[in-house]
Amino acid sequence: MKPVPFTYVRAESVEQAVDALRAHGGEAKLLAGGQSLVPALNMRLARPSVLVDLNRVPGLDRIDEENGGIRIGALVRQSAAERAQLVHERCPLLAKSLPLVGHFVTRNRGTIGGSIAHADAAAELPLALVALAGSVITTLRTIPAADFFVGHFTTALADDELVVASTWPRARSGEGSAFGEFAPRHGDFALASAACVLRVENGAVAEARLAVGSVTDRPELLDVEPLLGRPLDDDGVRSLGTAAAAAVDPPPNLHGSPRYRRALLGTLVERALRTAWARATETPS
Amino acid sequence: MTALEVTVNGRTHREDVEPRLLLSDFLRHTLGLTGTHVGCEHGVCGACTIRLDGAAVRSCLLLAVQADGCTIETVEGLAANGELHPLQAAFREHHALQCGFCTSGILMAAANLLEQDGTPTRDEIVDMLSGHLCRCTGYEPIVDAIAQVAGTS
Repeated sequence: MKPVPFTYVRAESVEQAVDALRAHGGEAKLLAGGQSLVPALNMRLARPSVLVDLNRVPGLDRIDEENGGIRIGALVRQSAAERAQLVHERCPLLAKSLPLVGHFVTRNRGTIGGSIAHADAAAELPLALVALAGSVITTLRTIPAADFFVGHFTTALADDELVVASTWPRARSGEGSAFGEFAPRHGDFALASAACVLRVENGAVAEARLAVGSVTDRPELLDVEPLLGRPLDDDGVRSLGTAAAAAVDPPPNLHGSPRYRRALLGTLVERALRTAWARATETPS
Repeated sequence: MTALEVTVNGRTHREDVEPRLLLSDFLRHTLGLTGTHVGCEHGVCGACTIRLDGAAVRSCLLLAVQADGCTIETVEGLAANGELHPLQAAFREHHALQCGFCTSGILMAAANLLEQDGTPTRDEIVDMLSGHLCRCTGYEPIVDAIAQVAGTS
């Protein structure tokens, strides 16, 4: 339960971190909050020969308004985002998903950028980012969230590219969102998860986005065409729940069979749709 | 070896450490502060929780070199002038510990929670405790103790 020896590089700038990645090829790993990487080091599942610590890189820990939405620096701690007024005002879906990430103590250290770059298939932040059609800003380009996540622990990042920030679009008027997951205990890896955004206009669903996670190897958007142009009703909710369960093929794990996880997903999708609709149609007080 | 300067419970230490040395092992083995416990060593059990520049964190998920220039508080620093910290006194009163293995980590996390949100509800306390495993108490006495200090019991 101790890491193998490695060379430690404390990067003082993004450029230094990129240089270190280039100099060491695939042998180097980036260290942000370390809440996933250090367990892997301790268990020797990861044996990088070089560790590039990003925690002293200045300028990556800001939350800023951008185009009405928010831009969150890669090193912003999950707990800082959880407490940020801007996140609650502009991006309620993110605000709802953050308390589900790990635990109070791990969120004090874990970062927004690290969770995104780690790309665990059961992680909350990648799912919320895909549901909201956000983007990942790297040292080289801006990547739409749906293209960033390639598979479990796999992203579109090149070997010498790192996540600098993520951008989260603002919730618009008439919009409601919901995030649901089921884990055996709070903070455990979810067995199934769903995130939903609905925009309601004149009593009908004008736009919808529904993403599912944990049961797939990355956050996946589902077809919501049948919901559009009419109010959300029981038939619509149930048929989408059934369709979601049928669309995925999760592997069994210690806590549930594929059939159980599909059933969970169907229920979570139904609840997320109903909650998002209720929030979108609430009369503002 | 990498040079490290860190202030722990008000005292400054300068040591040369291997980069792979975990902060939990630095505290226990290099400094002899064995009040910080090591359970799972992969961030699940919460026993090794300490405060780094005020934030409660898992010391088994940090490298000692990452704490260079930082201020650390461990359970040894909670009591002041021989007086138990209010959380420690409440834990004793409510029998919120038996074997004590999980206690130091929970105390450090609870102290952080109370500073950040002076009046956490029972639900918020339970949510915080989800990151700490206790095999003795069944958790209820721990919630009672923290809620008493928070004034929300």
